Amino acid sequence: MINAADVFRVFQTHRGKAIVIATGTSGKHWMDFTTHQNRDLNLGGAMGQTTAAALGLALGLPDEQVVLFDSEGALLMNLGIITTIAGKQPKNFFHFLLDNECYATTGGQPVPNAQGINYAGMAKEAGYAAAYSFDDLETFGAQIGNIMNEKGPVFVAIKVVPEVENEPIGRRQRRTVRTRPETIRTLRQELGIADS
Amino acid sequence: MSDAQAAILRPETLVDEFKKNGVTHIITIPDSETNYLYELMQEQDWLEVIPTAREGETFAIALGLSISGKVPVVLIQNTGMMESGDSIRGMALDSGFPLVMVIGYRGWTRHGAITDSAARYTEPFLNAFRINYYLVEQNADGDRISMAFKEARATKRPVAVLVGDEYHGFNR
Repeated sequence: MINAADVFRVFQTHRGKAIVIATGTSGKHWMDFTTHQNRDLNLGGAMGQTTAAALGLALGLPDEQVVLFDSEGALLMNLGIITTIAGKQPKNFFHFLLDNECYATTGGQPVPNAQGINYAGMAKEAGYAAAYSFDDLETFGAQIGNIMNEKGPVFVAIKVVPEVENEPIGRRQRRTVRTRPETIRTLRQELGIADS
Repeated sequence: MSDAQAAILRPETLVDEFKKNGVTHIITIPDSETNYLYELMQEQDWLEVIPTAREGETFAIALGLSISGKVPVVLIQNTGMMESGDSIRGMALDSGFPLVMVIGYRGWTRHGAITDSAARYTEPFLNAFRINYYLVEQNADGDRISMAFKEARATKRPVAVLVGDEYHGFNR
């Protein structure tokens, strides 16, 4: 397993100008490594539908690379989305899955069949252009550069160390994050998209 | 046009309304009652159809498209709309973008009692979410679709079009 923070540290050097959406407990580390906040989007908050929102963005912006850092708990809530993505074949879509094998935010209960699912295998068989699995940082670091030069949709499953939160919600220390409207507004300004 | 023809909601009317209102993408789950509409939409070179696996996806895909400056429409049945509750909340109502959602009103009739629970709960569901809606039953109601677009743009909220004529002109 890899520390999620290390995934982002390595990925950042290969980001280029990609739009990045990071979700889940593992995704919180992205804010420590991003160097282009105007191209970061906060799209969480609807029972795993961030995957579909990222697809919509990729379809609407075919000239931009769109990178999603998903979580396995969220993806399992809407697993059919991998067929929707494969059906549209967005060449600019990079779907990373940070798989900590549990619902970290609710105390670490395992997701169904936590250690027995081949997510990359499912994505590949659903019709993604390419799919990879990583569970060590060295191999991931050696291949991420080439992966980001591929044509999507690409799926990258990464086993990450769970960061379980057990404190009651009200007692947890929260980091200040940019709100969804704020990230949407700055991205649209960055891309020159007129107000709706 | 005869009275009988005027009473039928033609799929061409919906497609014309989509074009008039600048729609770029239809996000949908095809159903057996609207197959001709699906085929007609696929023929339009200005319109991209996005078939999905589950209705909850449609509102989230619409949000991504709206952020990118496109004009999406969600086209699903009332049963799927009810399945999509949290997606409607988190991806449409909370998004601050206009969205027209065209909902097949399964079970709707103005003749006698409505027996299909899908129809019985459709309007209470929309009312619970504070989503306004326009009922479209026949061709003459077509301009109500433009009214829905106008309201969605003005309020930056989702507005529903309930298609209460699923069982006539949409299949050939």
